[in-house]
Amino acid sequence: MSLPHLTAGFLPLLDSALLVLAHELGIAEEEGFTLGLTRESSWANIRDRTALGHFDIALVLAPMPIAANLGLTPIATPMIAPVMTGLGNNAITVSADLWSKMADAGAPGDLAAGPAGKALAQVIRSTPRTLRLAVVHQTSSHNYELRYWLAASGIDPDRDVEIVVLPPPLLPEALGGGGLDGYCVGEPWNSVGVANFGARIATTKSSIWQWSPDKAVGMRSDWAEQNPDLVAATIRAVYRAGQWCQDSANHRRAAEIMAGPAYLNQPVEIVARALTGQIDGGVQQLSIPDFYVPHAGAANFPWKSHALWYYSQMVRWGEVGFSAANAAKAAATFRPDLYRAALAPLGVAVPAQDLRIDGAQADKHATPAIGGTLELGPNRFFDGQIFDPSAVESYIRSQATS
Amino acid sequence: MPSPDLSILIIDENRIRASIIEEGLREAGYARVAVIHDVNEVGRTIALTMPDVIFIDLENPKRDTLEHFFSLSRAIQRPIAMFVDRSDGTMIEKAVEAGVSAYGVDGLKKERVKPILDMAISRFNAFSRLSRELEEARSALEERKIVDQAKGILMKTKGLSEPEAYALLRKTAMNQNRRLIDIAQSLITAANLLGP
Repeated sequence: MSLPHLTAGFLPLLDSALLVLAHELGIAEEEGFTLGLTRESSWANIRDRTALGHFDIALVLAPMPIAANLGLTPIATPMIAPVMTGLGNNAITVSADLWSKMADAGAPGDLAAGPAGKALAQVIRSTPRTLRLAVVHQTSSHNYELRYWLAASGIDPDRDVEIVVLPPPLLPEALGGGGLDGYCVGEPWNSVGVANFGARIATTKSSIWQWSPDKAVGMRSDWAEQNPDLVAATIRAVYRAGQWCQDSANHRRAAEIMAGPAYLNQPVEIVARALTGQIDGGVQQLSIPDFYVPHAGAANFPWKSHALWYYSQMVRWGEVGFSAANAAKAAATFRPDLYRAALAPLGVAVPAQDLRIDGAQADKHATPAIGGTLELGPNRFFDGQIFDPSAVESYIRSQATS
Repeated sequence: MPSPDLSILIIDENRIRASIIEEGLREAGYARVAVIHDVNEVGRTIALTMPDVIFIDLENPKRDTLEHFFSLSRAIQRPIAMFVDRSDGTMIEKAVEAGVSAYGVDGLKKERVKPILDMAISRFNAFSRLSRELEEARSALEERKIVDQAKGILMKTKGLSEPEAYALLRKTAMNQNRRLIDIAQSLITAANLLGP
């Protein structure tokens, strides 16, 4: 009997690694399905083709399915995200020219968000031209993370800079050609900018918000309801691919697979940087072991509190209004219940709670778990703020007045 | 009924396809059709032509750029959104399948847009069909060249006539349960390795 076949859409990003590895290492087949990967050219295509059912599942920006459920997307097909593809794995890169101004303003080049943001604020105050920064899609971790960093550094993202949208693979060249002053994107496109266009990494997602979410595997709610076994198999395959990818003994092999022409089509050495955490920021080479966390610290678990944080930022930047009903819709998009049920046969530890407080832990710490013990990574925001998912409204209010 | 007064903008990096669609719309009576090949020009073009309907090909990686531009209401005088009529889901599905995405200004009536969208979809499909046929013809030609070259090698090295060389290739392919073109390719590779 032939196995059921799933079609998955993805964009050329290292974050697609867990879907790619599930396919390339035969994990999908072991979980009872075959995976066909289709590389897409824009997030808009991923959004529409997933909503229309051309893709059964897709690598999505974690806020995309939330936006669909809040009616912010054109084809508002209800979506869910039952498994995450890891934490971190993106950065903010600036042009050589902007970096030299930031360095003059005191940026140390150590990739720490605080001092880099302070230097950028000083450059913006003394530059008559409005700097142009790019993100990859409006409802993206990149947009909210860049805006968070700017705002907490005293820069108004809507007034002091211009934010534009470009797809990931086009960013390095646009920066090199002088059309952009900086961008926030997933790997390998920061490292490509550094290697090929003299760019500098200003700071990393792992410094703005430690061990924070970025992308998920998204799917239509009705498809998930009709195919519960395939949803569970997908969750297990992504989880197991993450386990394999987290092991440092496999980093080289993972980089070789991802570097291939069907996926990233970039040199292995550049792809390996984020996997190994050996980041060349252009100023100095730094070891950032948690730059990309494919699996450790429950990295694949869809925390409802993370969905609520995305929602808080959608409200903050005027994309949607605040209401208890909207907050509930956002939280319901992430499905920890499906995650736990799918992993039960593996006998692994899973978080016992759906929500957690972010920003309060500076170190690794234990979390209540089912089926064993589970240690989470640190989760501080660089400005020291705390996100309590039971007080979303007051969090939004505090950001509006700051 | 066409609404010839509507202003239409086509964004397509593929110049041939763009001109095929433009021509179709003009033939159908739409006089106000503008074409650009780079999303970066969209701001200027929108200010000039005030389009009611905008098409962009789905291969275009700058769809996100375009949508973000529309979302900045200050950039354009009239709100533009992806054209989706929920009462007619098959229409948008047909468009995406054909490889085109459509946007319209707020409040535009479905009946006015439908003939335009239908035209764009059928021209996109016709273009894909043409491209496919062209690709098939091209690869058939390539294959014939390879087979001819392999026949030439056999004729020279084994002193065979052309029909005998072809028969030998065909027999070998059948015996090995492989395609003729693969046998011919292997023969050429081997001859290159062994040759002077």
